[in-house]
Amino acid sequence: MPPLLQVRDLETHLFTREGVVKAVDGLSFDLDADETLALVGESGCGKSMTALSLMGLVPDPPGRIVGGQVLLAGRDLTRLSEREMQDIRGNEISMVFQEPMTSLNPVFTVGDQIVEAVWAHRRLPLRQARERAVELLDLVRIPDPRSRFDDYPHRLSGGMRQRVMIAMALACEPGILVADEPTTALDVTIQMQVLDLLNDLQSKFGMAVMLITHDLGVVAGIADRVIVMYAGRKVEEAPVDDIFASALHPYTQGLLGSMPRPGHEERLREIPGVIPSLIDMGPGCSFAPRCARAMARCRDEQPDRTAIGDGRAVACFAVEEEMAGNGVAVDQ
Amino acid sequence: MPRALTEFWRRYRRNHAAVVGLFILCAVVGMALSAPFVYPADPLRLVGPAELWPLTDGRFPLGTDSIGRDIAAQLFHGAITTLIIGLAASLVATTIGVGIGAVSGYYGGRVDDVLMRFTEIFQTIPNLIFLLALVAVLGPKIEIVVVGIGLISWTSVARLVRAEFMTLREREFVLASRAMGMSDLRIIVTQILPNAIPPVIVMASLIVAGAVLFESALAFLGLSDPDIASWGGLIGEGRLLIRTSWYVCALPGIAILLTVLALNLIGDGLNDVFNPMLKNR
Repeated sequence: MPPLLQVRDLETHLFTREGVVKAVDGLSFDLDADETLALVGESGCGKSMTALSLMGLVPDPPGRIVGGQVLLAGRDLTRLSEREMQDIRGNEISMVFQEPMTSLNPVFTVGDQIVEAVWAHRRLPLRQARERAVELLDLVRIPDPRSRFDDYPHRLSGGMRQRVMIAMALACEPGILVADEPTTALDVTIQMQVLDLLNDLQSKFGMAVMLITHDLGVVAGIADRVIVMYAGRKVEEAPVDDIFASALHPYTQGLLGSMPRPGHEERLREIPGVIPSLIDMGPGCSFAPRCARAMARCRDEQPDRTAIGDGRAVACFAVEEEMAGNGVAVDQ
Repeated sequence: MPRALTEFWRRYRRNHAAVVGLFILCAVVGMALSAPFVYPADPLRLVGPAELWPLTDGRFPLGTDSIGRDIAAQLFHGAITTLIIGLAASLVATTIGVGIGAVSGYYGGRVDDVLMRFTEIFQTIPNLIFLLALVAVLGPKIEIVVVGIGLISWTSVARLVRAEFMTLREREFVLASRAMGMSDLRIIVTQILPNAIPPVIVMASLIVAGAVLFESALAFLGLSDPDIASWGGLIGEGRLLIRTSWYVCALPGIAILLTVLALNLIGDGLNDVFNPMLKNR
């Protein structure tokens, strides 16, 4: 069975006064129904632009999808009209945003907003839509949903609001849920609850979840597969256990090294340097200037994605050479 | 909603001037509502001797004008005209202004450029001259006067709504609404507009005041509907007698002054209520 969503060589550029920013630069990946895929990387690496590209919500100006395909059940979403995309959004692909404080409309009760979300794609009479909204509030584990229905957003905590956002995203039972840093703005304890909720909903509805985060702890918690992005490109892709057990790309290793681990008291290793400006990138690997293992070749040539079996892929000349030298695949 | 209404009144009442304004406006509305019962006959009918001073004849407490029409009757019936024209013209102006401002602010870019140039054309036309020309060409009918005043008053609403939409469209809930698959029209009407309404209400109340003045000016020049009693018309009528029977001008003048003042005070009061900075004062 083909994957639910196939992204092929997606290129989303931002045309700014300073130059063209290649926010997403030739990204390809598959998303299967019933899996949680995490998209990981630093701020500004193109994660959110990828999500907005899938939704057809790239802010224009300055942004535009300039190449590639987003195939949902064989249909290329990048070629659809705005009208056709409106049928897809919320119906087949939904999105949850980072900031629950501002993602709800302050002048309506949360119940009415969920009703609006239901009405975006389902013609239900008011009574049934309200019933559905209460069901959804219950589904995202909001206690006493019937009385919460009439609350205005400012009366709810951040975690509650994010649950409401999730309820709205699920209102029309989409096959894919894109969650862009859904827990970043929340307290740590609330983060876990929301992640658990996402996990449960994912298995309950057999949804595909694309989780965008910079937090590897979140990834370890709920992802099945991980894609690591750097400067608009995919540098590594692997099942979640492999990423933590044996990361291959120097950038991924750097990310893991900079993560605190219980029982290890030594100073955290940071990745030297800063993310490059995405304008006027050189011809080589974008991570080369910060990479301890960079070779001459890395500065002149862009490494291709190299599939190395077991659903793993990496884009790095050093890793490629190492594997060739060993004569075996590095993983396991 | 009753809870919101009590809260509204609690905040409104803190502005004492605004309460006075509301009181005056209620009196004017009372005059308008009672006019058909207190003065059931046509107020423009000749009923007594000309230029009868106020408080001299029990039948005509406010006296009569140059040809012997009851001034009190004209004031009562004029209140109807004033309120209808004021409200209707404000409604026309608000509708046009909200429509153009919303589209302009939401879409921005070229749409905004075109609509704002169009708005500027209306802004640069001298208001009263345009209104006079319109009424002179199309005839002094009350509908024409209403539409004319609406046409010269909508630009401020459009600019206000545009500015509101430009900030509101960047808010995350708009992006979230788009991610839910809502159409632009739906987002404009059901998501953004309710957030932009408070300042529009304030502006609309001020436009009512402006419309009352415009209508008076027209009537004074004899270009409002001659078959309907109006305050401006009465002033125009009395201007030839200003040296002798000045009360003919003064009485409707005071009525206009108080009404416009009341509307402005109410506008201020509404502004205080809706201004989030003053919420906790």
